Amino acid sequence: MAIISQEETRTIIHNSIWKQNAGLVQILGLCPVLVMSNNIVNGVSLGLATSLVMLISGAAVAAIREFIPNELRAPIFILIIAALVTMVDLLFNSYVHDLYIVLGIFIPLITTNCIVLARAEAFASKNGPLQSALDGFFMGLGLTGVLLVLGAMRELIGKGTLLSGIDLVFGPAAKSWIIHVIPAEYNYQFLLAILPPGAFIGLGFLIAGKLALDRRAEAKAKQQAVLAAQLAQASE
Amino acid sequence: MIRTSPHFIKPTPLQVVMLKVAGALLPGIAVYCYVFGAGILLQLLLATVTAIATEAACLKLRNYPVKPFITDGSAIVTAWLLALSLPPLSAWWMIVLATVIAIGLAKHLYGGLGQNPFNPAMIGFAVMIVSFPAQMGRWNAPLSLPNVDLNTWQQFGYILTGQLPQGMAFDTLASATPLDAVKTALMQSHAMSDILGGTIFQAGVFPSEMGWIAAAYLLGGLFLLQQRVIQWQLPVAFLAALAALSSVFYLLDPAHYTSPVFHLFSGAAMLGAFFIATDPVTAPTTPRGRLIYAALIGLLTWLIRTYGGYPDGVAFAVIIMNIAAPFIDQYTQPAVFGRKTASPAKKGT
Repeated sequence: MAIISQEETRTIIHNSIWKQNAGLVQILGLCPVLVMSNNIVNGVSLGLATSLVMLISGAAVAAIREFIPNELRAPIFILIIAALVTMVDLLFNSYVHDLYIVLGIFIPLITTNCIVLARAEAFASKNGPLQSALDGFFMGLGLTGVLLVLGAMRELIGKGTLLSGIDLVFGPAAKSWIIHVIPAEYNYQFLLAILPPGAFIGLGFLIAGKLALDRRAEAKAKQQAVLAAQLAQASE
Repeated sequence: MIRTSPHFIKPTPLQVVMLKVAGALLPGIAVYCYVFGAGILLQLLLATVTAIATEAACLKLRNYPVKPFITDGSAIVTAWLLALSLPPLSAWWMIVLATVIAIGLAKHLYGGLGQNPFNPAMIGFAVMIVSFPAQMGRWNAPLSLPNVDLNTWQQFGYILTGQLPQGMAFDTLASATPLDAVKTALMQSHAMSDILGGTIFQAGVFPSEMGWIAAAYLLGGLFLLQQRVIQWQLPVAFLAALAALSSVFYLLDPAHYTSPVFHLFSGAAMLGAFFIATDPVTAPTTPRGRLIYAALIGLLTWLIRTYGGYPDGVAFAVIIMNIAAPFIDQYTQPAVFGRKTASPAKKGT
């Protein structure tokens, strides 16, 4: 097994989380992103489940990539992913049953999430198991990040709370962890943010935000390059 | 010495158009005041101020010149249409939020004046009715009804502070709108004759007092037609489709369907036909396309009113057809003079 260099690790992580972010750049797997981002708990749970599946599927696909006939790769990838998702589905059902009921069909549907198959096809079938596991996991974390921010935005604007539904994960005692940014007695509600249009509008703002940050970084890099060139010229 | 006259400055056409549209709304606003009280004037003011502020902020953010776009009046017309669609005594933040969404989200995020695929005022309205269904149903009764009435200052006070004068509850001044009343009563399987015997339906010529407001909008709309600010295809096809469809069902089963007069003179039908469906940015540009577009709005309005979950369907009908407008335009291109092929879209296939 090939050993992975620090440099390579850093490139893969940066690529997965920011440069090729599943939710903001590749815009893959939109359906669960839009539906399950109505609060932080749902979004992050689904994101972590997807990350887990991608971690193992990346490693598994990469490990057997030499033996997979090219014509049959898609069904084989899907079979591996489906087996892993079944496992995650059963795990959720037994350990966080209340959350499992809320997430419902979207756990089994991780199988059909394009981002999982896309990484198997584009990365794991061409790279070593260690790299592929890393890529899959951080791709999943990148998606989780989007789900976290989008979920927080929609929850805050829609209901004025953060972390609602946390008791579904950590038991009834966790109910006190819910943060009421707008006090509960105001009955604040802005349904649009919770409903599907809020997901589309929110994701649009996130994509725009990422582009703006990238553009700013680019301009800064250019400025620094110009500055460095001037310095070099001056010292000559 | 031959020179054109430099001393004669004509305002930009858009300004004139918007001025005429705003003017055409005035009879409607006047009757509205007479029927529901002067609260609407405060709503119009709040909407105007918010629209101008939002428009200026968006233009500034987008590095556009602020003055020419602010003074074209399009934002103000949007704001007025929105104010006329919300309940007259709704809280101040509702019209402010609706206007910010209409101008900021539905207009400027899509690229500003002329670029928006959806009618901004209707997006503002749709966001409000989807997000705040309870508040959007809180209409006060027309002043002529035996309900408790607020005077002008009390109305202004209620809009701004949400405080009613001592010993009053909103329920004593509230009344369902005609469309809402019919819809709710039909769902509880009351007989149509009983429903139409209710106090809000005793207004003489029209099915309800809101009919007078609709008639005033019609008057303003006719002025716009005479001025050629709007094209006849849009209001005519809209109202004709609505009237035709409601007539058929009314004639077949008057116990369960309301009359065409009721449909034309209730809710936002007249406002929609002359002021909303006619928005030059979001409507198709071909004559045949306009007929199809407006007729389908009429059809959808009737369907939503009759079978949908909301009492009125004009806003959703307009939004749905807005997204179809470019498609309709493509398939209804008139033949170029001298050519035989009907449409370039067909030629390609």
